[in-house]
Amino acid sequence: MPTSPSAIHLVLLAILLFFAGAVLPMACGRRQRLAHVMGMAGALAGALAGLPAALLFLLTGQTEHVQPVWPGTGLQFALSVDALAAFFLLPVFLLVFCCALYAHRYLDLPSRGGRAARHWFFFNVLAASMALVVGAANSFVFLVAWEVMSLSSFFLVVHDLGDEQARRAGWLYLVATHLGTAFLFGLFLAEYRLAGSLDFSSFEVLRGLPPSGALVFFALALIGFGTKAGMFPLHCWLPEAHAAAPSHVSALMSGVMIKTALYGLLRICTFLPPLPAWCGLLLAGLGISGSLYGIALAALQPDLKKSLAYSTVENIGIILLGIGLWLYCGATGHPGAAALCLAGALLHVWNHALFKSLLFLGAGSILHATGTRTISKLGGLLRRMPVTGILLLAGGAAIAALPPLNGFVSELLIYLGLIKAGLAAAGGQAFVFMLFAALLALTGGMVLLAVTRLLGITLGGEPLSEMSARAHESSPSMLAAMAIPALVCLGIGIAPQVPLALLAKPMAILAPGSPNPAAVIPLPFNADWSLVALLLTAITVFGLFLRRRSRPQPGQTTWGCGFSRPSARMAYTAGGYSQFAQDEIYGRGPQPKVEQPDRLGFFPALRRFHREFRDPVLARWFSPLFIRCAGLAHTCHRLQAGQMNIYLTYIFLATVLLLGWSFLW
Amino acid sequence: MTNFLLHLLLIFGLAPLLPGVIARTKAVIAGRKGQPLTQLYRDLWKLFRKDLVLSRTTTWIFRAGPLIGFAVPVLGALLLPFGPAAAPLSFTGDFVLYVYLFGLARFFTILAALDTGSSFEGMGAAREATFSILVEPTIFVAFIILVRISGDFSLNAMFGAVGSGKLLQSPTAFSLILTAFCLFIVLLAENCRIPFDDPNTHLELTMIHEVMVLDHSGPDFGLILYGTAMKLLLSSAMVVNLLLPVSGNLLLDLTAFCGALLLIAVAVGLVESAMARLRLIRVPQLLIGTTLLSFFGLILLLR
Amino acid sequence: MTNVTSSLLLAVILLNFFILGTSRLGACIRVVALQGALLSLLPLFLYGVNIHSLLLSAGALLLKGWIIPWLLFRAIRQVKIRREIEPRIGYITSLMLGALTTAIAFIFADRLPLQPEHMQSLFIPAALSTLAAGFLMLITRRKAITQVLGYLIFENGIFIFGVLLTEAMPLMVETGVLLDLLVAIFVMGIVMNHINREYSSINTEHLCLLKE
Repeated sequence: MPTSPSAIHLVLLAILLFFAGAVLPMACGRRQRLAHVMGMAGALAGALAGLPAALLFLLTGQTEHVQPVWPGTGLQFALSVDALAAFFLLPVFLLVFCCALYAHRYLDLPSRGGRAARHWFFFNVLAASMALVVGAANSFVFLVAWEVMSLSSFFLVVHDLGDEQARRAGWLYLVATHLGTAFLFGLFLAEYRLAGSLDFSSFEVLRGLPPSGALVFFALALIGFGTKAGMFPLHCWLPEAHAAAPSHVSALMSGVMIKTALYGLLRICTFLPPLPAWCGLLLAGLGISGSLYGIALAALQPDLKKSLAYSTVENIGIILLGIGLWLYCGATGHPGAAALCLAGALLHVWNHALFKSLLFLGAGSILHATGTRTISKLGGLLRRMPVTGILLLAGGAAIAALPPLNGFVSELLIYLGLIKAGLAAAGGQAFVFMLFAALLALTGGMVLLAVTRLLGITLGGEPLSEMSARAHESSPSMLAAMAIPALVCLGIGIAPQVPLALLAKPMAILAPGSPNPAAVIPLPFNADWSLVALLLTAITVFGLFLRRRSRPQPGQTTWGCGFSRPSARMAYTAGGYSQFAQDEIYGRGPQPKVEQPDRLGFFPALRRFHREFRDPVLARWFSPLFIRCAGLAHTCHRLQAGQMNIYLTYIFLATVLLLGWSFLW
Repeated sequence: MTNFLLHLLLIFGLAPLLPGVIARTKAVIAGRKGQPLTQLYRDLWKLFRKDLVLSRTTTWIFRAGPLIGFAVPVLGALLLPFGPAAAPLSFTGDFVLYVYLFGLARFFTILAALDTGSSFEGMGAAREATFSILVEPTIFVAFIILVRISGDFSLNAMFGAVGSGKLLQSPTAFSLILTAFCLFIVLLAENCRIPFDDPNTHLELTMIHEVMVLDHSGPDFGLILYGTAMKLLLSSAMVVNLLLPVSGNLLLDLTAFCGALLLIAVAVGLVESAMARLRLIRVPQLLIGTTLLSFFGLILLLR
Repeated sequence: MTNVTSSLLLAVILLNFFILGTSRLGACIRVVALQGALLSLLPLFLYGVNIHSLLLSAGALLLKGWIIPWLLFRAIRQVKIRREIEPRIGYITSLMLGALTTAIAFIFADRLPLQPEHMQSLFIPAALSTLAAGFLMLITRRKAITQVLGYLIFENGIFIFGVLLTEAMPLMVETGVLLDLLVAIFVMGIVMNHINREYSSINTEHLCLLKE
């Protein structure tokens, strides 16, 4: 343990500040305002302490350990941060900062004011546990932090206890995350058995495993971490929980919490011997099917935040596609392509953290301003919330991977990796790569549908309800919290070489000796951009010139194509916008459940039309499975008769069996 | 710099001619005299001097849509080689940028349409977004085929490898012809030509693109028309680049290129005269078929 | 010559896609006829002009390109149907399945231990994908007439194989195949007429009632 204060002590300080921010508001008693300020101050200070440390680790690529003294127990509270951990710590700190800033005014609603202390406790605990998960140097710390992270986020999801939907979502989340954690326990226990120690550093011996053993570890990690990350088809908890949580918590969960699972997966990959190629292919296949599935459903959701949550499933799919292809290309001997795919996947981790938190915060502002999340009740918000609107548009363009924003850069890297591998491979293998590239392009088109629906219907047109008509612009602190990720999005898009340079060190840990992506694909693009800038300026000037010359005649209504009195009720709704794609392209899978009114009889009765979007995977696979399990458990329940003599019989039988067992063997 | 100016000259100068050629072809086949070939130039001149009407509902994005729809094809023209004239902007992976640039234009056009709050424009926007889902993979597969043939990642090299007159002897001829065919269908779909959309009927419920721009007027509408024409030119240029061999003589090649562009316009006119617009639910079918066809071209190439 | 045969085979595969994706019966019959006609040219290009290949081509052209389509057109005129209304599997899905089977056919053909001169040719994949397309038609369509078309496409696939083997197999085999088919067509035509008379429809699903 180094004696001089170093970067990792800053990380430690950040974690301690988070804990202080968690505990102090609880001590404030009924003074809500003070609790509020204390909680936010803790989160902001912790994030500010952590940010430079993470950046330093990324720049230098150093590894530092620290083991704070933990008197009286034999447990080592070991932390270790290297470039890979710092890569994931950076968005954690950045987004904790933004979300805490945002929460300050967001929580100001009268219905939520009374629970400030509780909120800040769980919020700061979540922040600290995320930093701990990423910084953990042994399995014990990792699992404890993991569990704390799951629980604190659960309590944040059910923040609004009166909300039936939130409670259901929280329950689903709790069950799913613990099933996943069970696999992680299995994983780390098995590693402990093999390595003889809980320390990550001792897991090096796993590199000598036979391929079959490595496969078991990979499968456990995939299921355990995949559940948390929202990997298709284990994503079912994600849309519900992200939709129900307060928006800044959704932003934090979607932006960074589920990324810690990706960190775990990548970290496990560094312990294991090289995996067989089909593992990578499996991961990539799960990734691309998840992204197609997620974005198809994102375009159908009537709920603003649920749509964003499904788009998270899509983006996680893209990241997993990149990681899977990295493994596959690495195993089949395409190091250049592997480096590009990995760089794309890692950069997409950052990018998604940025634009998805931006979008969730924007959705929160809309919710805050109008009180509804239903897209078809919004509309006309660009006029009423101009700044939020622009920020949301930037986020939408980024998530649709449109240039010149950051989503484009990471997708470009994955595309190029895929095509580069497809160029070097032959026959069927090449076709697989090209197919993935084409499917990614398909996803790109589908994202455009989902995003234009989300933004176009909510921001454009006339307000579709009274709530939307009364909307107001958010407070400056909320806008600032959204502006930070928006600016970083734009920065990464315009100067991709900066984040790529930061990627070099973590990539060196994951794939030692792999070529630098910047060397494979020269970014910034080696083209003469000055002429383009000139041209764009000329076009803008031309546009302004036209605008100055012509006198707009405002104050007219939108032309109603012959209708004399067009009204907002005639405007296109979110359901109508995606109807055609839903009916003609997406097939039967994601169709909503529709309760049609009965056939008209002689005596018309009260009728209702009801459509419900349930996750198809949950409704068709998991729910029946769990219902069957419950049935089975119910059958077993008969064993527990509640009568003493029967239990004594069990004990007697068990004793006899054990005796017989020891006697025979 | 010469290429830069040449590309700008072609895209600004020649683009408005193509719709005129299509219209004239249709007129001649229908036995009419038709409008002058330069009709669009005159329309643009007229529109740019007009005032415009803005709906109460609209915001800045309604006016940004046309401008971006105009700027994107210009940028696209700088990325795409025009026959013998290499693209002035060229770098590794520029074809992805090319595809996504049009995504950017679509994004803003759709948002501008939705900004009016009109049900008709919403409908057009929904259709545009839906069909673009199916069009994008086709273009991408076409580019992938070119990447595989040329072994390079920039549009210049990709089209350069097929343009040197080796098209018909090479073993890749089949997939190239399939690709060109698919790109032609994409041209029809992307530029709202007849089997997909009817550019001549305003105010019909089955329209896609025309209905999205119903509320635009004056200079904004002029920008949209100009942008659409430039997009048509770019789509045609992709097909021509695939099929037209290069002789080496710059002037001759350039003339041949422009002639071929006009020929494509005539071909579009012929298709429009010969076919009726498809029923809307048949459109996805045709587009998916096109995508599969391009995949088939890829399979042929890879074996 | 290989270029011409490859083009023919390619056209055959593309026509498969067309048949799988269209709902119009008339167009379907025409396309199957065109497919047959293209295939009948195959022996000429493959083995040059001699009496054997001429006979084979002429016979195939006559049957596949003229007589059978004429019979089928007569049949649909009589029963007055123009479209396959509701296939069991949608057109888009069957198109995708067709593309998938074509891809598999290509991959499979690459794995087969073929004669070196057939390694790069399109014969095997074309034959396999045509067979698969025929199967798909048989599986996915409801109308008896589209089922007949499925049989025809299936037979076209066999014909491609047959052409490859003409030197090894006597002409009799090929003629047998054609004759077989002719009989099948006649039988189907008669059956179809009868079904139509009995049930006023040629949906084969009605035949399921007969199992009682």
